[in-house]
Amino acid sequence: MATYSTNEFRSGLKILIDGDPCVIVENEFVKPGKGQAFNRVRIRNLKTGRVVDKTYKSGDSLEAADVVDTEMQYLYTDGEFWHFMVPDTFEQYAADKTAVADALPWLKEQDHCQITLWNNAPLTVTPPNFVDLRIVQTDPGVRGDTAQGGVKPATLETDAVVKVPLFVEEGEVIRVDTRSGAYVSRVKE
Amino acid sequence: MTGQPPNWAPGADLATLCLRADVVRDLREWFFQAGVLEVDTPMLSAAAATDRGIHSFAVPSAGQSWWLHTSPEFPMKRLLAAGSGDIYQLCHVFRDGEAGSRHNPEFTMLEWYRLGLDLDGMMDDVETMLRALCAGRRDFGPAQRLTYRDLFLRTVRLDPFETDAEAISSLLRSRGVALPEGGEHGREALLDLALSTVIEPSLDPARPVFVYDFPPWHAALARLRSGQPTVAERFELFLGGMELANGFHELADAGEQQARFEQELAQRAEAGLELPPMDWRLVDALRAGLPDCCGVAVGVDRLLMFLAGAASIGEVMAFDISRA
Repeated sequence: MATYSTNEFRSGLKILIDGDPCVIVENEFVKPGKGQAFNRVRIRNLKTGRVVDKTYKSGDSLEAADVVDTEMQYLYTDGEFWHFMVPDTFEQYAADKTAVADALPWLKEQDHCQITLWNNAPLTVTPPNFVDLRIVQTDPGVRGDTAQGGVKPATLETDAVVKVPLFVEEGEVIRVDTRSGAYVSRVKE
Repeated sequence: MTGQPPNWAPGADLATLCLRADVVRDLREWFFQAGVLEVDTPMLSAAAATDRGIHSFAVPSAGQSWWLHTSPEFPMKRLLAAGSGDIYQLCHVFRDGEAGSRHNPEFTMLEWYRLGLDLDGMMDDVETMLRALCAGRRDFGPAQRLTYRDLFLRTVRLDPFETDAEAISSLLRSRGVALPEGGEHGREALLDLALSTVIEPSLDPARPVFVYDFPPWHAALARLRSGQPTVAERFELFLGGMELANGFHELADAGEQQARFEQELAQRAEAGLELPPMDWRLVDALRAGLPDCCGVAVGVDRLLMFLAGAASIGEVMAFDISRA
């Protein structure tokens, strides 16, 4: 079983705490002139997303979490699982609803996503930063209507709803920043 | 990745490298004027520090281990015992596992010894040196001096000699500091955590604060002074929100020195830590006779952080460990 000593702590390191995979977000080494050194770390639980602060005596070790990030192509969903494939090896992985939950509004077939595998099973799915999606429903824009700050809701092919400028029309493809859910631009086909 | 220098480039900018060179030159000049002899002792030693909180790098060669020094203290005391008089050294020292915004495993230490000075006199000497060095670069207010006990009483209303682990734990919790993982922790470790996380950040960064008369469990190589309570004749200097220097009224009793080494090795064995060879040559030198003296070690990189207003030690080094 692999372990990491506090010496090896750095942001991005994946460790196991109380059986859950976690990532170190921040690591601070503190030590008085003489005496006990400590590592104060901020840790995000990769299953729950919860962030906690912990203190370890320097020299302590934590179990490594077998967590790797892999780029995969999204293939399809059978309603229960979402299926992804590693392009180089054609190896397929099935992600459950919990793993895809955050990515679901942006998940389009053929797109490449980052899959975080824990013990070789998908733990989280991160969509590309920008995705191009077709608008399946939006009201016709009225020129000069700025009552809504010049934007209107538009439903995309993935059922996500984003705010788009008034001039954008139904049937058009738009680019969305998946990190903020914000409209970026129209995409010419 | 804007703002990230390329991976071959230094961490310090040119102005900081020039400041570093100027400070080193001024330090040497100050000690020359003060009649303190510069010495140069080996970085590779057959013996190592036994302090439980300090980890030496081992360097294997020809079937035996050598150790990179964690401070030049032991050989400098052998020079003092040989009649060197006042001496100083400016050198790189190495401490395994110490890396962070204020720590680098390899750093520059300034260490000096003065014969016949008591702890008060040594604090005066440190203050005079720092004031001369910082003049025109970054001035600081009048120095404050208080005991370790008063430091805790004034900042967190705890008497470190009387308090217990529970009281320190609730202090840490109330300040949002997570308690150490891994079960029960003693008063000593929790006091160390409180000092680093609660007390140090509360000190005036623009003013030197000398903290002296440490608890006996932090004696290291300092003399003990019997009393109520018994204290170690040691001081630390805080400036710029950092611990900058560590001074001792040096232990000169060979028997007690040997006993402390043995006790530290026993603590290491209990904690499952490496057991480096203790420095018999230092014990022998003390037996031959160490003159009554005080010594102090200053973290030169941190002093530069103070002068340059740098937030991390990597900003004042050409190449810190991440670039080494």
